[in-house]
Amino acid sequence: MEIYLYIALFAPLVGSLIAGIFGASKKLLFTGIVTSSLLALSFFSSIVLLVHLLGGGDEIHVEMMTWIAAGELYIPFGFLVDEISATMMMVVTLVSTLVHIYSIGYMKHDAGFNRFFSYLSAFVFSMMVLVMSDNFAGLFIGWEGVGLCSWLLIGFWYKKDIATWSANEAFIMNRIADLGMLIGIFLIYWNTGSLQYDTVFAAAPSLDETILVLIALFLFIGAMGKSAQFPLHTWLADAMEGPTPVSALIHAATMVTAGVYLVVRAHPIYELTPDVSYFIACVGAFVAIFAASMALVNRDIKRIIAYSTLSQLGYMFVAAGLGAYWVALFHLMAHAFFKALLFLGAGNVMHAMRDELDPYKMGGLFKVMKYTAILMIIASVALAGIFPLAGFFSKDKILEVAFGSENYILWGVLWVSAGLTAFYSFRLIMLTFFSDSRYKKLGFDPHEAYPYMLWAMAPLALLAIIAGWFEHQFVEFVTQALPMFTFNVADVVWMLIVVTTLIALGGIALAIWTYRDGPLDPKWERNPIHKLLINEYYIPAAYERCISRPYRELSAFFWKEVDLKVVDYTVDLIASMVYGSGKKTHTMQNGNLSSMLGWVAAGAVLLLLAVIFSSGIQVAG
Amino acid sequence: MEAIAFYTFSFLTIAMFWIAVMSNQALYALSATAAGMIFISAFFFLLGADFLGALQIIVYTGAIMAIYAFGMMFFDTTRVVKERHRPPFLVMGLSILSAVLIVFIVSAPIISENIVAHHPVIEGIDNPQAIGVVLFTKYLIPFELAAVMLLVAMIAGIILAGKKMDRSLTLMRDEEIEIAQELQDSKRVSV
Amino acid sequence: MIEITLAHYLALATILFCIGLIGVLRRKNLLLLFMATEIMLNSVNIGFAAIGHYYGDLSGQMFAFFVIAIAASEVAVGLGLLIVWYKRTGSIDLDSLSSMRG
Repeated sequence: MEIYLYIALFAPLVGSLIAGIFGASKKLLFTGIVTSSLLALSFFSSIVLLVHLLGGGDEIHVEMMTWIAAGELYIPFGFLVDEISATMMMVVTLVSTLVHIYSIGYMKHDAGFNRFFSYLSAFVFSMMVLVMSDNFAGLFIGWEGVGLCSWLLIGFWYKKDIATWSANEAFIMNRIADLGMLIGIFLIYWNTGSLQYDTVFAAAPSLDETILVLIALFLFIGAMGKSAQFPLHTWLADAMEGPTPVSALIHAATMVTAGVYLVVRAHPIYELTPDVSYFIACVGAFVAIFAASMALVNRDIKRIIAYSTLSQLGYMFVAAGLGAYWVALFHLMAHAFFKALLFLGAGNVMHAMRDELDPYKMGGLFKVMKYTAILMIIASVALAGIFPLAGFFSKDKILEVAFGSENYILWGVLWVSAGLTAFYSFRLIMLTFFSDSRYKKLGFDPHEAYPYMLWAMAPLALLAIIAGWFEHQFVEFVTQALPMFTFNVADVVWMLIVVTTLIALGGIALAIWTYRDGPLDPKWERNPIHKLLINEYYIPAAYERCISRPYRELSAFFWKEVDLKVVDYTVDLIASMVYGSGKKTHTMQNGNLSSMLGWVAAGAVLLLLAVIFSSGIQVAG
Repeated sequence: MEAIAFYTFSFLTIAMFWIAVMSNQALYALSATAAGMIFISAFFFLLGADFLGALQIIVYTGAIMAIYAFGMMFFDTTRVVKERHRPPFLVMGLSILSAVLIVFIVSAPIISENIVAHHPVIEGIDNPQAIGVVLFTKYLIPFELAAVMLLVAMIAGIILAGKKMDRSLTLMRDEEIEIAQELQDSKRVSV
Repeated sequence: MIEITLAHYLALATILFCIGLIGVLRRKNLLLLFMATEIMLNSVNIGFAAIGHYYGDLSGQMFAFFVIAIAASEVAVGLGLLIVWYKRTGSIDLDSLSSMRG
């Protein structure tokens, strides 16, 4: 079994290196094919491992080699495949493989084709390290690895200023959060003396409660950065500057779920700190409705989907915060499928519309892009949570959890969010695919994507439909590693389902009715609420004004006052001293042997003085 | 008795060397140096190093100073090299300062008292014999190396001084020297 | 009269050495400059012999012996070079030797 583990882990790396060799050369189709097949291999190995675990096999724990061994500190390159990581591996490799295949078509005309595949496979490798590591240090390496690849890929079109700006924003936001995570890891090591999951979790119950709360909080700060939770959420929408397959893979299906994975993985700690967990749930619920509201008015199809991702991540955190870790993982998996599908569909639309992202300029694309439209409708229905698609099962479960644990406010918030989700999803569908064909006036000539791109999306569509049907098996499987969450809503469960479905259907109906004739009257845009939402609650502006600008001014001050007048001056002074002494003493080198002899004698006298003083010190000492 | 001898010879030696250093006449300086060398041998006799004393007289005064004398014959000693002195207090100051410092060092009780003699003076035999024993046992290889070095120095001296003895490079212009050099080089190549 | 100790000899050696140093520093005639170095070498020899005597060790004399050998070779080579230089330039003035000017 170990061999499958290594294949699953290292196949993406091999692919990345092969593609990386040709990074600077012009487009070579085989780099895309090689990386895709290696990922398929990785996916196959993950399936083998999953089947092994499903068949009741033991979890696989290997120690590849020693990484750091210094004194008490011992950190190996150890990998663990248990029910949690096997699920994550399956999701990651499946979505990655499909996105790779899709990208062969999407990036067809891009000069950086080989580079793109190299980065993409490197990302998958980092993600695999993240989910497979058996200790916090390895997790952190993977964590930083995905951060790096995300930076590389958001800024993939580095000639665009906005792309590099967004890449840097994402990277810096993540650094802020990573500091928190690093402090959490230090605290863990400090108090338990180990970073291995099993040791740490075994030692957790005996730790001081304050320490546990601190650890849980700091780890969650890390999770907040990577999963773009409030207040570190602004980078995710801006990350949409990257190529669309990147958005699908990294900023929807895999990397952003790393925060959820971390909370799920560290569940023994969070179970001991109910206050922190409740805080996580509250942040999640807030983000769910906060992001959904921003998605209502946005005029950029990728950003709408990005806000939807944020909102769904909020749902996952609610589930994880309330202790229903398996539900969080379940929603994570289902979400990965339909969100990746949604993004890839958006990619098709973008391609067809020559990178136009404003749905107000589209409309009526159903006629020319029938298959894309159908796939996106499936994804949207799944996202809205309509029976019997995947989203229904997972999202409904979260609502049941919130209701069952008697957090009625959380439930209410999530319930409203579900309605908003349905509304904005179908607003997008309506504006893009139905009503009159506004694009014709603007001179676009859309066309359907390549068939193999559609075929790459088909498995995701299938999974978006059926993933929820395996809820029972999933529960049985992951609860071997995660605690079973029990709640009693049997008597009201039908009512809950009906209420939730009703609001989702209501949202859909409202969206269809509102946008049946295309965009709304522009006078709506003068509404203060609309203004607030379209400006993202003025948060980016506030960050700019309260953090970036004072920081820039402070930096300018330090540059002008401290750097130029103190640091530079000191350096210049040293240099001018050396120059000056050289100028003054070069007369010594006049080539006259006689004067040279004089200098030799002077030097000898100095040495003699040194001897006397040093011996004097010795005698005195 | 020893003290009288020491002070007398010290005075003589210092005086001779002072003349040697300060005199503007090369011939005076040479003679004074030779005399000083002989007086130094007196200290060796006082210290019981008879062989070294003899060597001092023979090698230094007899050979080295004779070479200087011969060397002087090559040069135009009548043409006095003009001694363009730097400020004399600088020279004096440096020298006297270093003298004071060294005296201070050697008179300070820094030198360890418990030095073990590696090659103790052998009792019962006279100094040249003792020297011979040590020189041809412990110091045989340095001795042979010194011999080789002297041989090399001798050959070097002969070649340097003796090359083109027949030609006075002083009376030739630079171009002529170069032509002569090239001629010689081409000859060497053809051989 | 007081007893003559090692320090006396070393002081004498130092004084002679410094006389030699004065010579080296003030002479412009290369031949006399060489002679001044001989004075310095001799003063060192006195020091060696004296230390050897007062510690009852023959090594000092051995070193003095080798110093004499080195002085002899130095004179042979040095005078040879001096002669060549004199033939080239017609001068043994130290100040004319400034081809090493930096």
